[in-house]
Amino acid sequence: MLLRHTTAKEIDRKALTINPAKTCQPVGAMYAALGLHGCLPHSHGSQGCCSYHRSALTRHFKEPVMASTSSFSEGSSVFGGSANLVSAIETIFSVYDPEVIAVHTTCLSETIGDDLTQIVSKANEDGKVPAGKKVIFCNTPSYVGTHVTGYANQVSSFVKFFSTATPKKRNVVNLVAGWMEPSDMREIKRIAKEMEARTIMFPDMSDVLDTPLTGHYDMYPKGGTTQADMAATGDSKFSIGIGPYTTEDACIKLENKCKVKFETVEIPIGLKATDKFIMSLSRHANVPVPDSLTAERGRLVDMIADNNKNFYDKRVALFGDPDTLIPLVEFLLTLDMKPVYIVTGTPGKHFDEAMTELLKEKVPEVKFKSGERADMFQMHQWIKQEGVDMLIGNSYGKYIARDENIPFVRLGFPVTDRPGNNFFPYVGYTGATNLLIKIMDAFLEHKDRTCPEEKVELVM
Amino acid sequence: MIKEVNNSVSVDDLKKFKDEVLHKYPKKVAKKRDKAILLNDPETPPQIQANVRTIPGIITQRGCTYAGCKGVVLGPTRDIINITHGPIGCGFYSWLTRRNQTKPETETDENFMMYCFSTDMQDSNIVFGGEEKLKQAIREAYELFHPKAIAIFSTCPVGLIGDDVHRVARHMKEEIGGDINIFGFSCEGYRGVSQSAGHHIANNGLFKNLIGRDDEKRGDLKYRVNLLGEYNIGGDAFELERVFEKCGINLIATFSGNSTIQKFENAHTADLNMVMCHRSINYVAEMMETAFGIPWIKVQPIGADSTAKMLRKIGQYFGEQELIDKIEEVIAEEMVPVIAAREKALKKTNGKTAMLFVGGSRAHHYQNLFEELGMSTLSAGYEFGHRDDYEGRVVIPTIQIDADSRNIEEISVTKDETRYNPRKTEEELKALEADGMEFNGYEGLMPQMAKGSLVIDDLSHYEMEKLIELYKPDVFCAGIKEKFCVQKMGVPLKQLHSYDYGGPYAGFKGAINFYEDIEMIASTTIWKELKAPWESETYVEAQYAY
Repeated sequence: MLLRHTTAKEIDRKALTINPAKTCQPVGAMYAALGLHGCLPHSHGSQGCCSYHRSALTRHFKEPVMASTSSFSEGSSVFGGSANLVSAIETIFSVYDPEVIAVHTTCLSETIGDDLTQIVSKANEDGKVPAGKKVIFCNTPSYVGTHVTGYANQVSSFVKFFSTATPKKRNVVNLVAGWMEPSDMREIKRIAKEMEARTIMFPDMSDVLDTPLTGHYDMYPKGGTTQADMAATGDSKFSIGIGPYTTEDACIKLENKCKVKFETVEIPIGLKATDKFIMSLSRHANVPVPDSLTAERGRLVDMIADNNKNFYDKRVALFGDPDTLIPLVEFLLTLDMKPVYIVTGTPGKHFDEAMTELLKEKVPEVKFKSGERADMFQMHQWIKQEGVDMLIGNSYGKYIARDENIPFVRLGFPVTDRPGNNFFPYVGYTGATNLLIKIMDAFLEHKDRTCPEEKVELVM
Repeated sequence: MIKEVNNSVSVDDLKKFKDEVLHKYPKKVAKKRDKAILLNDPETPPQIQANVRTIPGIITQRGCTYAGCKGVVLGPTRDIINITHGPIGCGFYSWLTRRNQTKPETETDENFMMYCFSTDMQDSNIVFGGEEKLKQAIREAYELFHPKAIAIFSTCPVGLIGDDVHRVARHMKEEIGGDINIFGFSCEGYRGVSQSAGHHIANNGLFKNLIGRDDEKRGDLKYRVNLLGEYNIGGDAFELERVFEKCGINLIATFSGNSTIQKFENAHTADLNMVMCHRSINYVAEMMETAFGIPWIKVQPIGADSTAKMLRKIGQYFGEQELIDKIEEVIAEEMVPVIAAREKALKKTNGKTAMLFVGGSRAHHYQNLFEELGMSTLSAGYEFGHRDDYEGRVVIPTIQIDADSRNIEEISVTKDETRYNPRKTEEELKALEADGMEFNGYEGLMPQMAKGSLVIDDLSHYEMEKLIELYKPDVFCAGIKEKFCVQKMGVPLKQLHSYDYGGPYAGFKGAINFYEDIEMIASTTIWKELKAPWESETYVEAQYAY
């Protein structure tokens, strides 16, 4: 057994996290920064942070992930990192020439109290920022929140530094993209286009973290929200925050700054979340839902109805991020599956409330937990107490899946052992179909391999 | 013999590189990088700037002290509970990401490799201190798992807020009592200029807390050796264990691939230390020699010929005909499939070029394998090497100790009063040296590289792009952060940290794996398909010509 020391017996842990269902803020900030066109993320801290985050993102996306670091030494940790950041800014613009540097902090620079507002204005005053270029920043202390929080903070900083209200509002809806795959962002844009809605998506990692192989490397690929579009978000008439944990703060800031009203919806994973997203976009962009999308929906419903026997009453354990888990749990319920154990390391009331509301009647035996020590070890202990039929989560789940011999669907961050996350979306009706097929494949593959020989069937 | 760099790229071509890159840098940066980019001279290695701070803003391959200590050196040991004291990230990123394989002897043996333990510090811990949380975390780890040992690894904020992990370790050892061993590492990320500082800190900790705690001589008393600086990436240690066993060589401990605490504790009962990755573990070799009288030699079991060389050195050291004969028999047998695989690969690889920018020893050792494949190394350098890894240990007395090195604890090691036992007399060592063996020495990377080849320390992203643009090597070796960027440029990248999830590459079978993988790279056809047919000129002309 790989996780041979995990037993069903729980103790009341107060300090030790084992096998976390989360990581730290800066990696989220780095990911979000890649969704701004021509932007180089910059990690203000020790070199290791930047190296770890770049590696983590690269292992997931299988794409170049560029970012620079302030390379703190013990000296800068004692005397402050101002000199490091100012000289980094100068070096970055002359060597790597981005349009924007997006600085985020780390636990190191936060603990010593580096003031980014002051340091960046010093860099500006000292003429280290060439004309037309920009340095933006956000605070992402690793000891507060999680990678989800870091993503949210970076998205908010885009609003803070770019969004501008002119006297003229435009008939445009902002799509504030929560933590999704680039393929999901591409799919949401396709849906919006299908609906003929005028939208601006930010951040937008499509065409950044899914670029073609051409023999030519572009440090700043063609994708990403442009600065002009980002500025124009202040003139849009409405914002839809897709994923409350990752986008609500940005939406609030945009409302406060530019009077752009907003609503947040769950990431459109599954039938109902997609329904809600499409209705929201239809209403706020004032466009009808085209028949083509209704047909996509119908095909999904058809697929679910045809295959209900594969889903009905199946017990599922899930771990990951709240913005993914909430619509996913809702989707599993649509399939008549039973999400019984759900953990996320990301703290927040919304998750707990949503789980209660979704599950209290349909799955009264559910166990869920969020925040500190809501970890995979805990979830595994629950599985040891009473088994499940399926596990859904990032690649770290494979160890549990193998030990317990349960079908496993990879979804979340990071997925490091199966390429292709950037190809097939999980959002929208088409994405839900992809997900459905993946879930079914996992079940049927498992059955084919483990059932007695006389039970192997040609037609299933 | 001075090697030619390569027929296709001349020394004059390589000279251009430095001018091309330096003018792009701000003046101060250029001045600094100037000293880290050299044209090699294997006979009199030029002085390179290494193990100095990376310039802020430069996109570097390097990581941090914590990564070197927890991730590299202590990570591969399966029966220690490694608790990361800090916010969640550091523990998360070093969780199963380094491919150190491990194979417990029984189904019930302790194995914590798949687990990540962290105190997950929150803002209140930063403000009020995290020692109590750490103590509680240790209590909980003990209650749940009853491990033999618990190690604590400090992350950046720990040092800044003044948490004393060593005090906590002592306190908890006393509180839990019994035989449990608890020790801490002050390996905050900012402590050094790279992972290298973390290696040193880990070495000190290994020596202070583990080595020498168990004097029992187990197993065969003949030919007892340790292998230092081998981390079992992709199963390298398994292959080397196989080879040693076949030769009748008794491997007491590997630091730290496929290792256990007991093996570390017992390591001082070996009679020879072999250092594989010099950078990450030479301190332990030095300390064990001083304290216990175990001589050390540098070995390179990467490449079949150099694996054979290592085995012959062991035979020579122990000097017994029975062992020497057995080693020759094993080499002869192992080399048969090796030669066959090499001959096959050579058809595809001969004359091709490589560049290697990785680690603190791999950029050197893997040149052996490329040589066996008839490929020349145009350029190479380390991510976190020191001058001695480039120029050889002879330069150590001349290396200036700067502030970044000074803040790593230097432990003073003296002869162990009861257990110091020189394995060879002075005369015996002299005789072996006269016969070509070198003790406590490492020549470094430069003497092995061709005259005029480019040696670059702490390669930056910009320099990497330029290298590829100017010289288009047939294969570029680096890590995950570089992988896809280089490949977008149409050049295959071979990861030498993770082996692209293949391997093992050490020893004889490892060499065969490597030949096959490089042959595969040289034979991969997709690289010819980067342009769509309608993007090529001939197609367009055909359209217009009717």
